Amino acid sequence: MIAAAGVAAAVPGQITTPVIDYRQLSPLLIVFGAALLGVLVEAFAPAAARRLTQILLAGTGFVAAFVMVVVNHSFRGLVASRAVAVDGPALFLDGTILLLALGSLLLLADRSGGNADALVADPAALPGTQEASALLASTDTVTEAFPLMSFSVGGMMLFSQSNSLLTMFVALEVLSLPLYLMAGLARRRRLLSQEAALKYFLLGAFSSAFFLYGLAMIYGFAGSVELGDIFNAAANTSKDDTFLFLGMALLLVGLLFKIGAAPFQAWTPDVYQGSPTPVTAFMSAGTKVAAFGALLRVFYVGFGDIRWDWRPIMWVVSIATMVVGAVLAITQQDIKRMLAYSSIAHAGFILVGFTATNAQGLAGTMFYLLTYGFTTIGAFAIVGLVRDGNGEATHLSQWAGLGRRAPFQAAAFAFFLLALAGIPLTSGFMAKFYVFQAAINGGAAGLVVVGVITSAITAFFYARVIVLMFFAEPVADGPVVAEASGYAAGAVGLGLAVTLVLGIVPASVMTLAHNAAVFVR
Amino acid sequence: MTYTAASGLFAATWLLLLFPLVGAALLLLGGKALDRAGYQFATLMPIASFVLAVVLFFHLKSQPTSGRAVDDHLYSWIAVGGFHVSAGLLLDPLSMIFVLLITGVGSLIHIYSIGYMAHDPGRRRFFGYLNLFVAAMLLLVLADSYLGLYVGWEGVGLASYLLIAFWQYKPAAGTAAKKAFVMNRVGDVGLSLAIMLMFATLDKVDYAGVFGGVHHIGHADLTAIALLLLLGACGKSGQVPLQGWLPDAMEGPTPVSALIHAATMVTAGVYLIARSAPIFDLAPEARLVVTIVGAVTLLFGAAVGCAYDDIKKVLAYSTVSQIGYMFLAVGLGPAGYAIAIIHLVAHGFFKATMFLGAGSVMHAMDDQVDMRRFGGLRSVMPVTFATFLMGYLAIIGFPLWSGFWTKDKIIEASFDKGGTSGYILGICALLGAGVTAFYMTRLMILTFFGKRRWTEGVHPHESPVSMTAPMIVLAIGSAVGGFLLILNGGVQHWLTPVLGKSAEEGVHTVNGTVLTIITLLVVAGGMSGAYVAFGRPTVRIPWTPPQAGAVVTAARRNLYGDAFNEAVFMRPGQYLTRFLVFVDGRGVDGAVGGLAALVGGTSGRMRRAQNGFVRSYALSMSLGAVALVGALLLVRFG
Repeated sequence: MIAAAGVAAAVPGQITTPVIDYRQLSPLLIVFGAALLGVLVEAFAPAAARRLTQILLAGTGFVAAFVMVVVNHSFRGLVASRAVAVDGPALFLDGTILLLALGSLLLLADRSGGNADALVADPAALPGTQEASALLASTDTVTEAFPLMSFSVGGMMLFSQSNSLLTMFVALEVLSLPLYLMAGLARRRRLLSQEAALKYFLLGAFSSAFFLYGLAMIYGFAGSVELGDIFNAAANTSKDDTFLFLGMALLLVGLLFKIGAAPFQAWTPDVYQGSPTPVTAFMSAGTKVAAFGALLRVFYVGFGDIRWDWRPIMWVVSIATMVVGAVLAITQQDIKRMLAYSSIAHAGFILVGFTATNAQGLAGTMFYLLTYGFTTIGAFAIVGLVRDGNGEATHLSQWAGLGRRAPFQAAAFAFFLLALAGIPLTSGFMAKFYVFQAAINGGAAGLVVVGVITSAITAFFYARVIVLMFFAEPVADGPVVAEASGYAAGAVGLGLAVTLVLGIVPASVMTLAHNAAVFVR
Repeated sequence: MTYTAASGLFAATWLLLLFPLVGAALLLLGGKALDRAGYQFATLMPIASFVLAVVLFFHLKSQPTSGRAVDDHLYSWIAVGGFHVSAGLLLDPLSMIFVLLITGVGSLIHIYSIGYMAHDPGRRRFFGYLNLFVAAMLLLVLADSYLGLYVGWEGVGLASYLLIAFWQYKPAAGTAAKKAFVMNRVGDVGLSLAIMLMFATLDKVDYAGVFGGVHHIGHADLTAIALLLLLGACGKSGQVPLQGWLPDAMEGPTPVSALIHAATMVTAGVYLIARSAPIFDLAPEARLVVTIVGAVTLLFGAAVGCAYDDIKKVLAYSTVSQIGYMFLAVGLGPAGYAIAIIHLVAHGFFKATMFLGAGSVMHAMDDQVDMRRFGGLRSVMPVTFATFLMGYLAIIGFPLWSGFWTKDKIIEASFDKGGTSGYILGICALLGAGVTAFYMTRLMILTFFGKRRWTEGVHPHESPVSMTAPMIVLAIGSAVGGFLLILNGGVQHWLTPVLGKSAEEGVHTVNGTVLTIITLLVVAGGMSGAYVAFGRPTVRIPWTPPQAGAVVTAARRNLYGDAFNEAVFMRPGQYLTRFLVFVDGRGVDGAVGGLAALVGGTSGRMRRAQNGFVRSYALSMSLGAVALVGALLLVRFG
């Protein structure tokens, strides 16, 4: 009988063809389309024209996708057989990712101070050989990086708007795999870069496995991978829910790894330091947005009803992340490592908004991601310009007296640091204020106390860099600051403009985030 | 509590801020082209603000009492859901007094700096920072919400930080700037938590909303808000236990010490508490803490002030001590708010006079600050001496000079608090007056009287007019300011709409005349003590400080304030850092800097090798995953 019923349910012809809502999916389709076209360009376009074609192609893709996000701004619903959500948070974060991708693209295309960019000419050349040294000055570059980036951007967008855990897992891989490759593409310090790529890959694969295992357990509990079904199963269950919590914990491991939250932050400094700076900027801005988007969606939509069970854990994670990031950043001597620890601390601050578990927290988190992304891209853009004979001069001692050598660049960097420190009249202050007040409203005042204290600690090491740049004697054979090309200047300008405007007149973007802060289920 | 919307002349309030802001932007962004003429432009900016402030003052005075709180709404700053904060300026009697003080003293110090900084290669930057400071300070006192105040609060902190570290070639300047930064952050944590708490309980952070709603806040919350505000105030105003940065801040140029670290910024804490009067009125326990902080600080500052030979350090500790008086007064509640503000204004004048005088002396003595190398300057620098004398007579409370009117009021009000606490506070204040007279007399004798103990090759001379003119103006203010401020209770009446009725006519514990006589006797005791120790013709002042007993040694070491900070904050911070670095999978390698290395200023450096193994990262992830799973299951089934 049972077998017969099973057969009956699987009668051929009962599977309905999924309806594809092309208009709602168009941002994703455009970005992925541009990426595929980019692969074709690699195959068929003449070498001389490739670079420019790729830049234009990727840029056009991002802009067109952004336009479609704006066009779709009022749509709310589940599309593609309920696998993809198009709702306020999805649209807001998609738009954010696309704008940040544009900024990162500028950095990736940048050739300030010569004809070479930050990417290696031939990744296959053995480090240390003559061939490899000859390539340092080559004007060639791995143009594959541009389609890789487009794939990753598409993955990021999908990651934050998947309504099904399976789609989310696919998106996780689509966003991660290109990043593993890109991390290994640095033109200089090849070994460091390759080491970073390998570490990132191994640990990323490790965390993906956790995610997948968690997915399986959740499926075992709920009988579905759709977030809405998981919500219902968790809310109305009378059976043993061990698998639910086991699965939830494992999913959390995978997501916290991508965010770079404690205790899964160990990879961040090494990977940030080794990757080419444009890629670091892209990772720290884009991945953070996407991963937080996914975290918010899974926990607010799927596990929203049992939030009183996971909230205490998030308290601990958030506090640990803030403290580890803030305190360890103090002892850093490398500017990229310092920014890596700062990104860990910021992940902690954003988790404060997440832990608020109210609409305000959701809106605050989204606003924070937007402001942090632009500030961090601007900061890395400046890092990419400060160089010595061996490429980027990232040791802090080399930044001594930079304010005299390059007052504008140093001032811009100081401004970004002040924003990261959350000093008023910068977007960083408004963002912190927003998530902290959401957390207070959500009954997490204790988190806010820790948040305020750790942000006071972070302010110290940002200030230390500012002092070093403006109040220390320049070192004798210090780095030169490359004349910024239009690309780099554009990225810095974008970062400055957003950081300043959202610090002084944040009301309209805050309202946008506020109105977008409702998930569909 | 409602404020009138700004119209007519009041709609120009924002111009007060605009002038110095334009100056700062122009000088700091303008580049070398402005090296020659920029400073003159920058000097005009606070003067323009001052002129406007005077016009606004008379206009405000012409309004009926109920209409003297004018809100100049600029734009909607934050508007999300039910949460609104507008960017706006509040011009009322309290902020008006501060605006006049800031722009008035600020203008004079800009003029003085023309002479003082004439040969400094960083002059343009210096004036740019000064303008920035004036703008931020005006925002601090003019903002119509705690959030706006916080912006100004951070702004003055930034400007102060930049100016302390201005002479970057002095290592001490960098260390001092760091110390100021860290200690101020501790205070800022208090202020920002107070603002968050206001938001949590009232959903509002603007003055009108908060003060209108204070009656709906529970007593415990209200006391917490008040104490957190006090923490913020202590940080900015150099009160115990956050006093350590202020004396070190004297590493900055002297005009900065006069403007920021004596007359204006460091009194922001007093402003904050006075502005929050409706909160403190309902939190008597918090007020008691304020008075205790004030009393302890005024004695602490005065005691340490006796031990230093560095003229600026003595003045700095005297500032700490005088602000202690203001805290004491402001903690007394309605009885003391107005008196605190009056003493604050008077102090702004006489302390600025003395700092500018000290700057003038240093200018003449090749930037030396050791008073053991001064002596007999009275005849060489007559104008400096005369103006300094005015400041000196004002601070010790010599009859008819400023301090006599304002400090005595605080002593009187302390006794009038009644009960045991009133007597204790009153006696502290009285004692402080005696010690103040002692160390200030010592400073006068060592600097201007006695034998000439100059280092060879020093040829002191009177300073140029651009320096002496502001000193003269300020000296006149020191001499007669107190009397004018107290005359007919003018300032008290002026402030009544903001701070409530001053309880001056309450019952006196001690008869006023008797108290005045006692105070004068104590002051005379302090003066003659100093004369006996340092002023008699037979006393020789050696170049190096003589060996001293335990008490003096303790005072020379700031009563071990730095040692305390090191033991309580720095060491645990270092251990935390060490522990985290260890846990981070790298082992402890080399020296450890730390959260706290900076508190003491010894910025330890951490050299670390790139030895992060993937396997140890993976292990830490696995352990993290186990912990996470375990914790979640524990929450669920535990």
